[in-house]
Amino acid sequence: MKKEARLMQGNEACVEGAIAAGMRFYAGYPITPSTEIAEISAEKLPYVGGKFIQMEDEIAGMAAVIGGSLTGLKSMTATSGPGFSLKQENIGYAAIAEIPCVIVDVQRGGPSTGQPTCPSQGDVMQAKWGTHGDHPVIALTPSSVKETFDLTVRAFNLAEKYRMPVLLMMDEVIGHMREKVELPDPSELEIIDRKRPDCDKDKYIAFKPDEDLVPPMADFGIGYRYHVTGLVHDETGFPSNSTKVADQLIRRLVDKIEMHKHDIIQWEEENTEDAEVIIFSYGCVSRAARTAMKALRDKGVKVGTFRPITIWPFPEERLLELAKKVKTIIVAEMNLGQMVLEVERICNNVTKIDRVNKVSGDIIYPEEIVAKVEEVL
Amino acid sequence: MPSNLVEKYFRTEKLPQIWCPGCGHGVITRSIVDAIDQAGLDKDKVCIVSGIGCSSRAPGYMDFNTLHTTHGRALAFATGIKLAKPELKVIVITGDGDATAIGGNHFIHACRRNIGITTIVYNNNIYGMTGGQYSPTTPKHEKGTTAPFGNIDKAFDICDLASAAGASYVGRSTAYHANLTTTLVKNALNNEGFSLVEAVSGCPTYYGRKNKKGNAVDMMNWYKDNAVTAAAAAKLSEEQMAGKILIGEFKNKPEPEYTSEYQKIIDKLAKGR
Repeated sequence: MKKEARLMQGNEACVEGAIAAGMRFYAGYPITPSTEIAEISAEKLPYVGGKFIQMEDEIAGMAAVIGGSLTGLKSMTATSGPGFSLKQENIGYAAIAEIPCVIVDVQRGGPSTGQPTCPSQGDVMQAKWGTHGDHPVIALTPSSVKETFDLTVRAFNLAEKYRMPVLLMMDEVIGHMREKVELPDPSELEIIDRKRPDCDKDKYIAFKPDEDLVPPMADFGIGYRYHVTGLVHDETGFPSNSTKVADQLIRRLVDKIEMHKHDIIQWEEENTEDAEVIIFSYGCVSRAARTAMKALRDKGVKVGTFRPITIWPFPEERLLELAKKVKTIIVAEMNLGQMVLEVERICNNVTKIDRVNKVSGDIIYPEEIVAKVEEVL
Repeated sequence: MPSNLVEKYFRTEKLPQIWCPGCGHGVITRSIVDAIDQAGLDKDKVCIVSGIGCSSRAPGYMDFNTLHTTHGRALAFATGIKLAKPELKVIVITGDGDATAIGGNHFIHACRRNIGITTIVYNNNIYGMTGGQYSPTTPKHEKGTTAPFGNIDKAFDICDLASAAGASYVGRSTAYHANLTTTLVKNALNNEGFSLVEAVSGCPTYYGRKNKKGNAVDMMNWYKDNAVTAAAAAKLSEEQMAGKILIGEFKNKPEPEYTSEYQKIIDKLAKGR
């Protein structure tokens, strides 16, 4: 059967992916440039028996998503920079209480109100360090409309599999751009649901992890009466003042992701086999990077591209392998240098690192990347 | 005959609770489980949500589905639970600072939506957990550690606030009036929409000490002597009512409940196919 191709916006693809992944609860607050995600969710969810609610503010949107997930529904919210800042405390709650949920940040220029309708990649470090304390982070970054669909499905799968909030870090270009997309048949998708307990109800130890460090999670209201708190807690879920318990909990949460990083980390590379220069970019910038690479290859310049799809945890092992083979890595990003700090951490003293940065609200053009490559060669 | 409420509804292995001797919170918490018992609710279908503060520690001791959230946000978390799973009976336990300062926005909007959540505000007129700072319900001129020369803020009337914002059930009791608290919470649980019960609670450790209210017994006696029902208040002048606490059921006006209204949309769309 021939699949229907549709002209679709990135924000719309995000909702399509979410519903395909099983999203049945959305709570959020309008904010440019993510608002279409709320609007389309409001329209589509009731048709599949799902629930949408526009909350009174961004903080409440994040809180309600956690509540929805505790009842067993796959839950999502979407926002942009100012709202992402407001949600941080409750994102930390979802991390420590191990609540699966998806948070979409369609990045715009900042700080503060900044440039509401302009693209940016200024929140990628906030994704890692935005909430206080040490905690695990999974963040994915799409660079096309189709990939927004795919990564939204994957964000739900990872959230469910590892019982934690997963961030989908879009940018205004990807959110608002329209591309022709053929959505996969639902039967072709791998959909993961959270582990639920199968033990006797009075034997359930709510935060006792299995060997994969992930504790099975019971829906509220089906007989497993347990306690959930944002305080440091032991395996029973009740608060503890023990320094040993605190150390064990925080280390387990972080180890939970470290243990499974090879399952989580994805990247894409092109023409890296013989490359002397690698252009490192993510999100919409990688589209310019690809065009730049083609133009340079046409001139005989040996250039490759590296695009992290998972930005947190960072694909450091592969990048280090490549760094050993190339003369320079150029990091192009729409901020004044955020992911480059991670590239420098991994590749300093291995290869040269240079930057292309922009914070004007304009995109990075291929010619700017080409010029930088020609400059460093 | 001793009550079996503790055995039946509390996580007895977690007791004693953290509250100070003389705190009114324990009495109020007992009234809540008494009301749950009288309403005949299934423990598996009751979800108790709290924020941060002294009162918000209550759910940890209560044998239901319990959720201790972030400061001020209990109603926002609870809204997610109720909308996602309307068959759950969702109860929020919160304090005066949690509900009406940091959580004030969530409070008025939960009232406005008339979502089926029963909210009990333990109002001790102070931030107890952090050591006695003034709250939105600390009476004018009274003291807290952050109002060493007397509070110049005007206090919120939580019941008026809830009523004006659209709550369909509103009432007030005190830690002394345990039976009234039970009755109000039971009525609140029977209301389909948003219900607010303010339970005035004594904090002898901070509010009482800072404002020379005497010991815990003195504070209980003060509630006994100064709480006035609406019927009795009608016979008193404004001067005579000054400093007194109005107690009783103030509003019981059922209106369409939020999650039921949402379900109607789902059902209508399903039929239209």
